[in-house]
Amino acid sequence: MTDLLQRLGAATLNNVATLGRAACFFWRILLGLSELLRRPGLLVHQIYSVGVLTLVIIVVSGVFVGMVLGLQGYYTLVDFGAEESLGVLVALTLTRELGPVVTALLFAGRAGSALTAEIGLMKATEQLAGMEMMAVDPERRVLAPRLLAAVISLPLLATLFTLLAIFGAYGVATTMLGIDGGAFWSQMQAQVSFTDDVLNGLIKSLAFGVVAGWIAVFNGYDCMPTSQGVSRATTRTVVVTSLIVLGLDFVLTALMFD
Amino acid sequence: MGNMRSIEIAVGTFVVAGCVALFVLAMQVSNITAFQRTEGYTVVGYFQNVGGLRERAPVSLGGVQIGRVTAIELDQARLEARVEMTISADYDDLPSDSSGSIRTSGLLGEQYVSLEPGGMPDALQNGSELLVTQSALVLEDVVGRFIFNQSAGDQSE
Repeated sequence: MTDLLQRLGAATLNNVATLGRAACFFWRILLGLSELLRRPGLLVHQIYSVGVLTLVIIVVSGVFVGMVLGLQGYYTLVDFGAEESLGVLVALTLTRELGPVVTALLFAGRAGSALTAEIGLMKATEQLAGMEMMAVDPERRVLAPRLLAAVISLPLLATLFTLLAIFGAYGVATTMLGIDGGAFWSQMQAQVSFTDDVLNGLIKSLAFGVVAGWIAVFNGYDCMPTSQGVSRATTRTVVVTSLIVLGLDFVLTALMFD
Repeated sequence: MGNMRSIEIAVGTFVVAGCVALFVLAMQVSNITAFQRTEGYTVVGYFQNVGGLRERAPVSLGGVQIGRVTAIELDQARLEARVEMTISADYDDLPSDSSGSIRTSGLLGEQYVSLEPGGMPDALQNGSELLVTQSALVLEDVVGRFIFNQSAGDQSE
């Protein structure tokens, strides 16, 4: 019985300590961001590997998510004779929820895991320690650009995802389902508001960018410096990011759209 | 250095693509121009019941959209809904005795304000009031009246 209690207590303390380390880590990275103004080249490199290389999966899944959404929305709406509202349905779903959330999930799988593995391996092979020996601060040199790259890339990716998905739905609606393209756009334009829908979606994806980048970089930095530790940290990044993104999405939705 | 250059080009393209996507979302999807174009004059109408009319609902004349509803509030003195409409400055020669009515586009569509032109020679000005208004058709009232008439008819037989 006391063993059980002890294990529970140890796990709790462990989690709280991790949370504390993550918070301190985030603060130190924020302080390290000023360095990037002097060396923007580091940031460009990271945006390339975090953002540009994620583009393929975002583009492909965006188009397909939009097409599926168009089909499924049509099957439901046609029962009410409201298939012209498909544009509204698709656009609102995507700008408010699916665009930011699905992009963040894909981002965690494609870029977050890569970030964790890269930083974890740097730690395991003692490259980070080596930098410190040379009086190069790895937080400023290695970690800050990666976090900022994630924060910049995710909103851009989410916007592209949303736009491509809407065009995917438009393609399906006009070619396969025979919906008038003019009605598709005009109903959408009448219902979708820039500030309430598009801008709120953008704020969401920015928040997800901070969360995804933070978790990925921290897990890499905090992992056990062994091959098993790196693999565990990579898995944890994907799982934790997905869960937190979904939970945070609910909170943000409740705050934004009342 | 050529490698760095191609990376920078790729990142630049990525950022530009993202910004263009946001721009297209703003213009094509949410049609940001439609509610920025509030230049025009304001007309006020008092309705007994606005039904499901909302702000930003279209104001049309003869089916052509000429403005938007900008504010809906309760007038405490008259105990009627005060609906403020902004009408595009392009249409500045509407007869001053035009009447307004709240209609529904389709059976379940959104509600809008429809203006019927009158015959007066002078035009609606900024701040003018629509003298004749017709409230929204509330479906429950109509159904209620229909059922009442039905049952009254049954009894008289």
